[in-house]
Order: sequence, then structure tokens, then C-alpha cells
Amino acid sequence: MNLSSLVIPLLLSAVAVYGLGKRVDVYAALTRGAEEGLTVLLRVIPALVGLLTAVSMFRASGAMEWLSGLLAPALESLGIPQETAPLLLVRPVSGNGALAVASDLMSAYGPDSYIGRVAAVMLGSTETTFYTIAVYFGSAGVHKTRHTLPAALAADLTGFVAAALAVRLFFGGS
Amino acid sequence: MEMAWVWTGMVTLSLLFGAAQGRLDAVAAAALEGARSAVELGISMAGILCLWSGVMEIMNASGVSAGLARLFRPLLRRLLPEACRDGETLAAVSANVSANLLGLGNAATPLGIRAARRMARGCGGVASDELCLLVVLNTASIQLIPATIASVRAAAGCRTPFDILPAVWLASVLSVTAGLLAAWLLSRGRRRL
Repeated sequence: MNLSSLVIPLLLSAVAVYGLGKRVDVYAALTRGAEEGLTVLLRVIPALVGLLTAVSMFRASGAMEWLSGLLAPALESLGIPQETAPLLLVRPVSGNGALAVASDLMSAYGPDSYIGRVAAVMLGSTETTFYTIAVYFGSAGVHKTRHTLPAALAADLTGFVAAALAVRLFFGGS
Repeated sequence: MEMAWVWTGMVTLSLLFGAAQGRLDAVAAAALEGARSAVELGISMAGILCLWSGVMEIMNASGVSAGLARLFRPLLRRLLPEACRDGETLAAVSANVSANLLGLGNAATPLGIRAARRMARGCGGVASDELCLLVVLNTASIQLIPATIASVRAAAGCRTPFDILPAVWLASVLSVTAGLLAAWLLSRGRRRL
């Protein structure tokens, strides 16, 4: 039995029981949240249409291979698979773009392949850095961001290296 | 606006590479195929995404977020001592962190912005060390259950989309630590200059 086969039913039931214990209408909350999920999806799909179109054209034209080849030596020395190069470039700029690139990698190599897993973990351990910095400092009226960007990019780079490392650690070699 | 450049660049490079390598047929087919698969991806990830958004909403409504916020208060007081002298900033920051942990991005951002605005008062548009730290914390992912990624994996045919969780947690912890450490080192380095 896979561990996540226990985790999912257990989590669903535990959350419901706990909520009911707190006198929360858990079913209404569940459907309210699901509705929120749909609005997220409604915003994501148009972006995915634009981005997956560009990503699959990019792959079919051979430009993706060229880009990956260009970054390969640097990535190889960090232990990052070169196939994920486009994901590394898009991730700090666009969340939906990164989602499109990662889903393209997963369907090309398989979600349970080394590359598919690394792409998923990279997506899960980093954020849309430039967007976040722009939103926070923009609304706080700050124009001198000092060392925020280099520190945030250091976190992203560590996340990418750590993603490849963690997948090798938990699922074995490349 | 960055994405306008990225998109135009990708499409134009695809045209040039496709023409140079005689692969224009494949590029044209890929454009239509990409658009089609985007909607397909959206629909096949819809179920899981909605289910987990629902579960997170139950947790939120049962006070799990508030509990998490309380849990993180002592830690945040150490991390941002100046800002957390102000009770309202501390409340906003800890709610921001707990919403991030639950993956409630829509809730986390306004809370974080409220904290950032309070922290930026009277600083003449220059970010303080602590404000930099808060933003770095928000540019790193600290989500406990990355539901969107799991739903993309499931849409790609994965039967155990959550089996990457330990790897995601490990990579996230390392990345957040590196970001905070870098922010701390850079602020010290610049002060000495």
C-alpha cells in the first residue's frame, strides 16, 4: 500500500471531523472552497492557452533543445537536469507560464519520471519572484528594494538545486 | 508586461528555428495542439484543484489558520523584531504566513501587503531590512500541500500525485533558509560598506 493512499482519506476525514467538532458547516465550506477553485481555474485556463501554445511551438521548432543545450554545462555542474532549463527561466516571471512548462515536461517525459518529478518539486518549492516583489513594493510605495531581489533569486536557485537533490534522495537516481 | 516580451520572443524564435530547420509543419501543428491541450489540462485538473480548495476552506473556517498564526508568532517576533512591536503588523504577518502555508494565495497577498504598508511608513520609499525579509519570505514557497501541482501531475496520468510532498517540503525548507540567510548576509555586508 502506498503511503499517500492512507494520507488522503485520513486527511479528508480528519479535517471534516475537526471542523464539525468546531461546529463548522463543513459541507458548505467544502463547496465554497471548490467554487473558489473554479474561479482560480477560470483565470488559469486563458493563460495556459497562450502559454502552452508558445511552449509547444518552442519545443517543436527545436528552440527548446537549443536553449537547454546552451544552459546545460551550468546546470549539469549544479546537478539540475538540463531538460528543466526552460522552467528555470520562466518560473521567476510567470506562475502560469511555469505551470505550462512543467505540464509540458510531465507529458513529454511522464509525471513519474525523474524529470517530471523534478519539474513538479521545482514548481512547489519556488514562487513567482518578480511578480511578488512588484506587488509588495508597489503597494507599499517603496522604490528602493535594496537586497530583496538578489536574496529572493538566491532562494529560487537553491530551490531548483534542492528540488533535483530531493527527488534523487526520495526516488533514487536519474 | 514582461510576459508580453517572453511570449513574443518564444513565438518568434519558434518561427525562426522552425524555418531554419525545416520544421514549420511541426511548429504549426504544435501551436494548435498546445492550445487544445491547455483546455484539456485545465479540465482534467479541475476536480482535484476544487477538492483541495474545499479542504483548505474547511481548515480555514475551523480556525486552523488562526491556530497556525498563533504558532508562528514567537518565531516571527524573532525574525522581524522591529515590525512586530506593532501588534497589528504582527497579526498581519502571522496571518500572511499561515495563509501561505495553507496555499491560500488569494488570502495571503492582501495580508502581506497590509503588513508591508505598515512597515514602510515613514521610510521615504527605501525598504528596511525587515521589509526585505518579509518580501523574501513571500517570494519563497512555503505551501504545505501544493494542490495545483498535484492536480497537474494527476492530469498527466500520475496515480499518486501527492508522493512528491516530502521532496517538496525538503526543497522548500532549503530554499526559504537560503533566502533568509542571503537577505541577512547582504544587509550586513551593505551596512559595513
